[in-house]
Amino acid sequence: MKIGVCVKSTPDTAITRFKYTSGNDGIDAAQVKFTVNPYDEFAVEEAARMKEAHGGEVVAVTVGDAGAGKVLRETLAVGVDRGVHVDAVNTDSLATARLLAAVARSEGFGVLFCGKVAVDDQASAVPAMVAELLGWPHVSVVTAFSTDGATFTASRAVGGGVEEVVTGALPVVITAERGLNEPRYQKLKDIMAAKKKVVGVVTPESLGVSAADLAPVVTFSAYADPPERPKGRVIPGDAAEAARELVRLLRDEAKVL
Amino acid sequence: MFDPTAEQLELAQAVRDFCHAEIGPTVKEDDEHERFRKELIGAMGAMGFCGVPTEESWGGLGLGYLDYVVVLEEIARVSASYAVSVAVTGLPQIILRMFGDDAQRAQWLPALAQGQALGAFALSEASSGSDAASLTTTATRHGDDYVLRGTKLWCTHGGVADLYVVMARTGGPGPKGVSAFLVPGDAPGLRGGKKEEKMGLRASPTTEVVFEDVVVPASSRLGPEGTGFRVAMAALDSGRITSGAVATGVGQAALEFSARYATEREQFGQPIIDFQGVGFMLADMAARVDGGRLMVRRAAWLRDQGLDYGQAAALAKLVATDAAMAVTTDAVQVLGGNGYTREYPVERYMRDAKVMQIVEGTNQIQRLVISRQIKARYRA
Ligand SMILES: Cc1cc2nc3c(=O)[nH]c(=O)nc-3n(C[C@H](O)[C@H](O)[C@H](O)COP(=O)(O)OP(=O)(O)OC[C@H]3O[C@@H](n4cnc5c(N)ncnc54)[C@H](O)[C@@H]3O)c2cc1C
Repeated sequence: MKIGVCVKSTPDTAITRFKYTSGNDGIDAAQVKFTVNPYDEFAVEEAARMKEAHGGEVVAVTVGDAGAGKVLRETLAVGVDRGVHVDAVNTDSLATARLLAAVARSEGFGVLFCGKVAVDDQASAVPAMVAELLGWPHVSVVTAFSTDGATFTASRAVGGGVEEVVTGALPVVITAERGLNEPRYQKLKDIMAAKKKVVGVVTPESLGVSAADLAPVVTFSAYADPPERPKGRVIPGDAAEAARELVRLLRDEAKVL
Repeated sequence: MFDPTAEQLELAQAVRDFCHAEIGPTVKEDDEHERFRKELIGAMGAMGFCGVPTEESWGGLGLGYLDYVVVLEEIARVSASYAVSVAVTGLPQIILRMFGDDAQRAQWLPALAQGQALGAFALSEASSGSDAASLTTTATRHGDDYVLRGTKLWCTHGGVADLYVVMARTGGPGPKGVSAFLVPGDAPGLRGGKKEEKMGLRASPTTEVVFEDVVVPASSRLGPEGTGFRVAMAALDSGRITSGAVATGVGQAALEFSARYATEREQFGQPIIDFQGVGFMLADMAARVDGGRLMVRRAAWLRDQGLDYGQAAALAKLVATDAAMAVTTDAVQVLGGNGYTREYPVERYMRDAKVMQIVEGTNQIQRLVISRQIKARYRA
């Protein structure tokens, strides 16, 4: 079975300081170090484990510019056999979903793993759209997954400590929550081996997706910083006195008590 | 050759990710309690760290020394002890590849390269350190066997190694009377003796190793009788490159930590890095680390090219380890009172750096080697 996994190139949030483009309508990508969206790492690991258990081929797919294609390569050292880079601009979630669905269809994936959210736009929209476009079921925020090759069982934490167990028939779109698995480290040998793996570049046209299909239904008008947080205040004095002052401030100034 | 390739940067990142997650969290505790976690060698072996230059057919990665020094520097940025472990378990591999026969290689190389066996190098003795050729451990031939008797000192991985390369006397005094042997860690009569309590490198076990009539078959001798000293010196030539790489990692860690600190710590109303006295100290530290690294990479490159690298390795070991000592000492100074406390890692860097000036030939011995070559070259 061909196992698909969607990967997005997102800013490395641990080290990135964001700057906006001059028109404030985007993030200045030149200032950013990109890496695999952290939740997609769980998706990649689950795909790799499924292949190790059942055989098949793991194909990672991304939509984006050349930089995104480079990030895709990172997954080739952790269990992905082949990459497909759709060379297109991520205009909005629906356009991206159309492209990913087209790849899923042309590759004939039996299952498609995604991260539950991309840490850049936090939209969580694409996987559900892909499932809808494909007419596949979609299980989100999954913390455990198993399959016998024809049917699947997926668990999701629905809040309040309650676990929901979903079963169904493949193909399915699964979105990975933290805890689904422990992603492996890149072994040095696998980094070397990844050099010989292929990332194929495809265009929207070659997937049969027209410019009209990709016309954005959402436009981004502006980005802005949240209002600056007021500076913290240190209350001097001995503990009892400071605590009394703290309570007074919380009640009279912050009005939270 | 001056800068790491894109591929080396990828390897470095992978090593960094692993070390931060698996070694970093307990590095302080392991130092405090002189605790060596052998299982980490298995984990690093599975990652490919233990056999970087060993051929793929023998279970290694089949890469060059330029790649190897990148890996070692990255491990050392997190833990000098585990970087030394990887370098020391690499020594028997170098020796087996240079001097072993295929049966010996098949028995040991894949296990060492994949971290399933831990290697050790037993040369030094109580009365023969720098003067290694005066060693007194004996290997006496009995039919198809040798019987080893004596005591080695300061043996890294003593008591926990699965394989020791042991230099022992089979002939008369001096270097020509020494032979090298492969001795399994579980050989009857072999035991780890007293464990040293050390100033630094405390997660790396250093012990006495006692050989009480340890019987090994003649097939475990490396090369002909009387070539053991050559084996040891060849291993040390390569070991000097790896020592330099480990020292560079420690120096880099000290530089990074103190540079960040100096941009955050304010005195007299400004970050201390803006005082020229501190800023210039950091500039000198950066120059020293970089100088050492370049010399290490040059020696590694020469080795990869199959060119003569002995002198370059001695120069690199000398400069890189002296640099690490100076840089880590300055890092403590940059942090002031905090630098002197165990709350911060720089005092450990300083303790760890010191040993690099002592092992694989003290830095006086490096100067001896270098000055002899200078004399040979410029003799009137
Ligand atoms: C943590 C640690 C790990 C070690 N691991 C190993 C190991 O795995 N295997 C192993 O075999 N050994 C190991 N050693 C031993 C190490 O290699 C020796 O300590 C080193 O070679 C120096 O020998 P020595 O201690 O006897 O010092 P000495 O030789 O007694 O030297 C004392 C001082 O005299 C100087 N000196 C000696 N001769 C000369 C000279 N001709 N000219 C100028 N100065 C000179 C030295 O530089 C030094 O400053 C380890 C040591 C340590 C501390």
